[in-house]
Parts: sequence; structure tokens; C-alpha cells
Amino acid sequence: MFQIIADGLMIGSVISLGAIGLSLTMSIVRFSNFSHGELLAWGAYLALVVSSGLTAMNDVWATPVGPFSFGWGLVLAMVLSAALTALLALLLDTILFKRLRKQGAITLVIASFGAALVLRNILLFWQGGVPQYFSENLQIAIPLLPRGVWGGLRFTPDQLLVLALTLAAVTGLHLFLRYSVLGRSMRATAINPALAQVSGIDPEKVLRATWLIGGGLAAVAGVFAGITVQLRPTMGEELLLPLFAAVILGGIGSLWGSLLGGLLIGLAESVSVATLGAEYRTAAAFIVLISISLVKPNGLFGEKS
Amino acid sequence: MQLLLGWLSYASFFLVFATVFAIIALGLNLQWGYTGLFNVGVAGFVAVGAYTSALLTSPKGFGWPVAVGLLAATISSGLVGLLVGAIVLRLRRDYLAITTFGIAVTIQTVANNAKPLTGGPFGVQFIPRPMQAWLGTGLVWTFAYLALALALLGVVYVALGKLVNSPWGRVLRAIREDEVTASSVGKRAFLFRLQSFVIGALLMGLGGALYAHFIGFIAPENFLPILTFQVWAMLIVGGTGNNLAAILGAFVVWGFWTVSGGVMRGWIPQSEQARAAALQVVLIGVLIATTLILRPRGLFSRSVSRGPS
Repeated sequence: MFQIIADGLMIGSVISLGAIGLSLTMSIVRFSNFSHGELLAWGAYLALVVSSGLTAMNDVWATPVGPFSFGWGLVLAMVLSAALTALLALLLDTILFKRLRKQGAITLVIASFGAALVLRNILLFWQGGVPQYFSENLQIAIPLLPRGVWGGLRFTPDQLLVLALTLAAVTGLHLFLRYSVLGRSMRATAINPALAQVSGIDPEKVLRATWLIGGGLAAVAGVFAGITVQLRPTMGEELLLPLFAAVILGGIGSLWGSLLGGLLIGLAESVSVATLGAEYRTAAAFIVLISISLVKPNGLFGEKS
Repeated sequence: MQLLLGWLSYASFFLVFATVFAIIALGLNLQWGYTGLFNVGVAGFVAVGAYTSALLTSPKGFGWPVAVGLLAATISSGLVGLLVGAIVLRLRRDYLAITTFGIAVTIQTVANNAKPLTGGPFGVQFIPRPMQAWLGTGLVWTFAYLALALALLGVVYVALGKLVNSPWGRVLRAIREDEVTASSVGKRAFLFRLQSFVIGALLMGLGGALYAHFIGFIAPENFLPILTFQVWAMLIVGGTGNNLAAILGAFVVWGFWTVSGGVMRGWIPQSEQARAAALQVVLIGVLIATTLILRPRGLFSRSVSRGPS
């Protein structure tokens, strides 16, 4: 019982981080970006390349930090990968989306669908199809509740860290959007782009910031997915439906909505894994998506569009 | 002689696939080109048609005649379209994109896992090929099947041409261009969109069934997102909102796909074939992006908004 909830929060925190970036893009750049899942995958693999490179230079980088399965190498790799993935998102905008913006949102959706396939297949070409791991170290789960109580509750230190960092990232982004000048411009552009531009906000600057933040968060989410599960070239494709479901459940453009939406989708997946089996977990996200479209199409925290 | 026969066999295979793709592309063109509905789950609708017909006609299933299978496939795919459309066509435009993507992923999941029904990853085998008792398994049969597929394509093309130039089709274009005006003269946009979406889905189901009966076996991996993407590439490269351009697009893109696949198989060593397949997808992605940027109206379409008249 508790374990199902805990597992759901774990899956959910990865989905949340990805969904926040996607939600920002959907509310500010104003289209459903089907290539966002690939940014998660690229983030994970870029971090893998950097961390294996560091380990090859010196084993110290791979020495586990405290109770965790990975060393400082992966921490550094994650930071670098977030920067690189942010640039990748910006690059994609510059060479593709920017040129198509005038043709309307749906052309952008088609283009992003194409970009997703290209990015995924480049990854497949480069890294091969075999799943990989950040660390070969196995972790012992810490029992927080004994088996007797509601089936018990176990967490690995990695999982607890991922959960804590997710909350920290969301809080940080919340503060940024609420108090910094750039963050306020982003919110203004999301609500009313024309008015924002008249008030002297540079729309291109806001768009750039959106891509950079979305890409950076996607990379972190991808690394977390790699730490808690594994790295596969298809991971972006597999996460895309849960990401969209989380954004729509939470309401497009709502930060806390995306966080909650992601956690709820994670819970729905872990419940379906426990009851129907792991095969049908993707269907769980779809059922939530259909249900919310029927009942409350603007999501839990969404503004009326 | 041997060479000629080999070439004929290759060409007829190519043409059957291109024709089936053309039917699917026409379905997407009705949805997207004429109505502005963005369907990212083409592969899912094709899969529903293929599996329905395969299960109804195969000896392990019901053993029904192929004609019944084709009809049932068309209808079942339309029903899935009706279900999806009824839920999301009232909402924001990109909800349809997300939901159709979701339904394709879900259908793929079911096809992979509902083993008693779909055969799981191994799919359905021994799907009957129509008329094979009379025509044998050789070139004659392939040509007969090509004739059948072309005839169906012709029927679909003529019917769609009549449909989009009827008052109904004009309403569709009016809604696509300006929904407020269309609804102010009493046209209920939602109903027209739903009808268009369902008819498009019917055609995708028919295409799926034609594919299944030609190959004789299907598996979930035949209906991956790449299939959706190929059909979109056909429409975009050909030109949206023009049925003839969509058909030409299907033949051109399928030709591009086949040739690039052949070249890669020839040049790249056996051990690297899987990676080469990945490169092939990259290539078609670049093709679609380039067309969108350089020729947003496609190669064969003079005007997007007017369509055939």
C-alpha cells in the first residue's frame, strides 16, 4: 500500500520535472512540443557520456558519495548535461521552430513530431539500443516501515534524493517566476503576449529563456529517470504520453499543477502496475488524459483558454 | 527474362505498398488538409483495421471471407475515430494531437500485450490472401492484388472528390478557415469535424486491412510512430488540401524511403544494419522539415486554401 504510493511518487517526480518544462513551452511558445521527451533522453545520455568520460580519466569520480550509488562525476555530468540540453533546445528552436512560427501552432506540432523522430534515431544510431546504467553499484533499500505494516515501505537513498531535488527545483523555479524580472516577463507573455510586448518585454528573450529552462529541467528529469530506472534511447518516447497527461491534468502553464499532475500520473502508473501488471502502465496515463478531457479540460489549475 | 521477372515483382510490390499508403494519406488529407484536424495517431487507426481484418479472416480466428474483413476493418477504425473525436474535438486544437498520439501508444501497448487476442509481439500469422486459390502465389497474384488496391484507391479518390466539392465539403473548408463565421450561419462545427475525422479514420482502417492481406502477417512493430510520420511526410511533401497531390506524395515519399533503404542496405555492412535503419528515419525527418521550411505547400499543390475545384 505505502510502497505503491512511494513508487508512484518516484515515477511521478521524473514526470513532474519533465512536465514543468513542457508546460512552460506550451504556455509561452504556444504549441504542443512532441520533441520534449527526446530532450529528457538526450539529457540522460549526455550526462552518461560526460560521467563515463570523467570515470575513464580518474576512478575517483565514480567513488560513491555518501549512501548514494553514484560519485561526484555524475553530479558534475548532470550540471553539464543540463547546460548542453538547454542549448540543444535553443538550437532546435533556432534552426526549426523559429522559422515555422508564422505558419501557426499546428505546423510547429508537425515539425516537433519530426524533430522527435530525428533526435531519437540519432541517439539510437549513436548509443545503440541496449539499456545502460549510470552506475553498476547495487543499492540496498532502506526499510522505513517494517514489512508487517501495510506491506512495508522501502526507499533507496537515490530515490529519496531524487524526490528532494525535484521539490527543490520546483521551489526554485517558483521563486524565479514570481520574483525575478525575467520570470515575471515570462508569466506576462504566457498570459497576454501582445500586452507583454507593448509593455516593452522582448518576446525573443522570453522565448529563449523558456527553451533554456525547459531543456535544463528536461535533462535533470532524464538523469533522474536514468538513476532510478535505466537509460534507453526510447525513454523519451515512452515518457512523452505521461508528460502530456501531467501537463493537461495540472492545467497548461501552471507550475504547481504540473508538479501535482506529474505525481498523480506517477501514482496512477504505480497503481496500474500493482493491479494490472507492468505492461499496461502507459495506458494508465492515457486513461487519466481522456478522463480529464471529459471532466475538466482545462486541468486542475488551468486558466480558461 | 529472369531479370525482367525480378524487376516486375519488385515494382509490383512497391506499387502495392504505395497504393495502400495513398489510401491512408487520403484519409489524413480529409482530416488535416480539408478540416484542419491534427491526427498524430495514424499508425493506431491503421493497426485497428489491420488487426480487425486479420483476426476475423485468419483460420485461427473466425475464417470469414476477406471482403467481410475489409469492411469490418474499415468500420472498426471508424468507431475508434468516433470515440476519440467525440471526446476531444470540442477542445483546444492540440488536445486532438495529444489524444491521438495517446491512442496510438495505447493500441500499440494492447497489441503487444493482449496475447490471446493479438498474438503479442509475434502478431497474427497466416492472414489469408484473397483469390490465392485461383491465382497462385506468384507474380499474377501480386498484379491482381495491385489491381484491387488501385481500384479501391480510384473509388476512394472519386468519392472524396465528390464529397469535398459538395456543400458538405465547402462547409468543412469554411470551418477550417473561419469557424466563427461558419457557425454564425448555422453550421455546427463540431459535428462536421467529427464526420470528417471518422471518414478519415475509416480510410486508415481500410488501408491497414489491405496491408495485412497483402503481407499475410502483422506484428505490433509494423505500426510504430514511424508509420504515422511517413504518412505525414507523404501529405506534406505532396501538398495538403489536394487529393491528387496527396496520392503523388505517397508515391514519391515511399519511393524515397525504398531507394534510401536499398542504398543503405547495399553500402552498410550487415552488422550495422540496425543503426542504418535509424539513419534512414533521420533522413526522412530532414526531408519533412526542409519541405516545411522551403515549400510549405508541398511539391504538387498550387494552392492550399482553394483545393481542387
